[in-house]
Amino acid sequence: MPLKIGPRTSQIIAYTILLMMTVITVVILFFIILYVFKNGFGQLSIEFLTEKTHDMGKAGGIFPSILGTLFVTVVAIIIATPLGVGSAVYLVEYTRGGLVRRVISFGADCLAGVPSIIFGLFGFIFFVITLRLGWSVLSGGLTLAVMIIPTIIRTTEEAIKAVPRSYREISYSLGGGKLDTILKVVLPTALPGILTGVILGIGRAVGETAAVIFTAGSSLGMPTSLFSSTRTLAVHFYILAREGISMPNAYGTATVLIIIILGVNFVAYRLMHRFIARYY
Amino acid sequence: MKDKIAEKALLFIALSAILSLLLITFFIFQQGIPLLFKAGFGNFFSTHWSPTRGQFGILSMIVGSLMVTIGALIVGIPFGLACAIFLAEFSSSAIQKTLKPIIELLAGIPSVVYGFMGIVILVPFIRQTFGGPGFSVLAASIILGIMILPTIVSISYDAFVAVPNTYREGSFAVGATKWQTVVMLLLPAARSGIVAGIILGMGRAIGETMAVIMIAGNALKIPGSIFDSVRTLTSTIALELGYAAGDHRAALFACGSVLFIIIIALNIVAIRITGRK
Repeated sequence: MPLKIGPRTSQIIAYTILLMMTVITVVILFFIILYVFKNGFGQLSIEFLTEKTHDMGKAGGIFPSILGTLFVTVVAIIIATPLGVGSAVYLVEYTRGGLVRRVISFGADCLAGVPSIIFGLFGFIFFVITLRLGWSVLSGGLTLAVMIIPTIIRTTEEAIKAVPRSYREISYSLGGGKLDTILKVVLPTALPGILTGVILGIGRAVGETAAVIFTAGSSLGMPTSLFSSTRTLAVHFYILAREGISMPNAYGTATVLIIIILGVNFVAYRLMHRFIARYY
Repeated sequence: MKDKIAEKALLFIALSAILSLLLITFFIFQQGIPLLFKAGFGNFFSTHWSPTRGQFGILSMIVGSLMVTIGALIVGIPFGLACAIFLAEFSSSAIQKTLKPIIELLAGIPSVVYGFMGIVILVPFIRQTFGGPGFSVLAASIILGIMILPTIVSISYDAFVAVPNTYREGSFAVGATKWQTVVMLLLPAARSGIVAGIILGMGRAIGETMAVIMIAGNALKIPGSIFDSVRTLTSTIALELGYAAGDHRAALFACGSVLFIIIIALNIVAIRITGRK
């Protein structure tokens, strides 16, 4: 005879199980960060952050990788921001449904789902080999730019949509053209939302490994120009950990990496929150 | 006049995403597909991978990719869905407002960090508990399952929140408990969003590279059990691209082509499902 469980009992059982599973999930995710911090914080020092890397990463600091990460990310943002914001403006302000809109949206959605190793393959064959840019800050930055365009498009799109229609109507009624309205009314109003998208893009670029290891390379030298090969923090950490070069330095590098990414994402979240509070 | 020029310029910019996608498709296929025909399908879909000697069998890697992806879903779906249901239906708005952003912040943890956790904690644990090398299908599945959690939680949560409140009110009015409401009304109503979240998580798992390389062991054979080492399509590309040349490099692009086709198919399904609402 099957055991009959009343609705009240099943409600209590279900609640307990769901609560436990949620707690486990959150604990696991927190545990990862705390575990890295616990082992990595002791490693951090001014020297670790500002010195050159020696002995493949066994000794010295991680300054070249910090610089490399910064350069590659800046290149990616400089290229992806105008493309992403421009696309979003076009989608929201110039299209009303229709084929063009569907094609552009489809492109952005699909691009967002492409795995980073595919971007790595593409960047390697297109930027590094076909365009002869070599393993360089420029190749890495361009590859990351393609990767983060969808993030910026989607976030900017939401931000522009949230600008109240009345703002545009007032601008038109004062004789403003469409472009003037976009540049002087819509974009400034949507700015915090747009910045959120850009910052989320930065977070993705900083944490990326597979797409940059075959485009920016893994040289430990100090990057001096757009054409220097460089090893970003994420790649450096990957090599230290996988080849077992130095566990303490791996933890130290991971700590720096996580602090940067959580910091960046937190700023993006705060901005978005304020923006939402103002316009929704 | 100025407005016309601006519109044309913006249209051009707006095509950047789809153009990038086409460019990626073209270059990956142009590098990889010719080898498929040169080597022949029989060779390509065998289990012998020795690309410097003309053997391009990627079957064991395809199986490997599928195994770790299914494993990741087995780990990720129950926990992800439980989290989403708990947050959306069983918790106060204060808890929602704290936990949802925290889980989304955690989505930003780089994949190499997950892989590293696999190396220092999970792999030794599996080795001590079950024997074997520890670097295994099981290790990769668990780590990938954790990695796709934020994706599943976030998208399923949004799907639950999007179900109109009248559904809940109607259900409570006829005396149903919260759990009955979830099972009988909300799960079916939020189904398309949940499925989309799972498909996107699946895409993330099958495309993940660095974390898998670090913990899967990368042995070139079809695993006999979940404690065996396994190699995926993505790990082969990343492990060998650094030194591959000629047909070997082309073979890696062929792996990329197979992966790309799978991912685009998954994306199209996910976009269709979310678009239908």
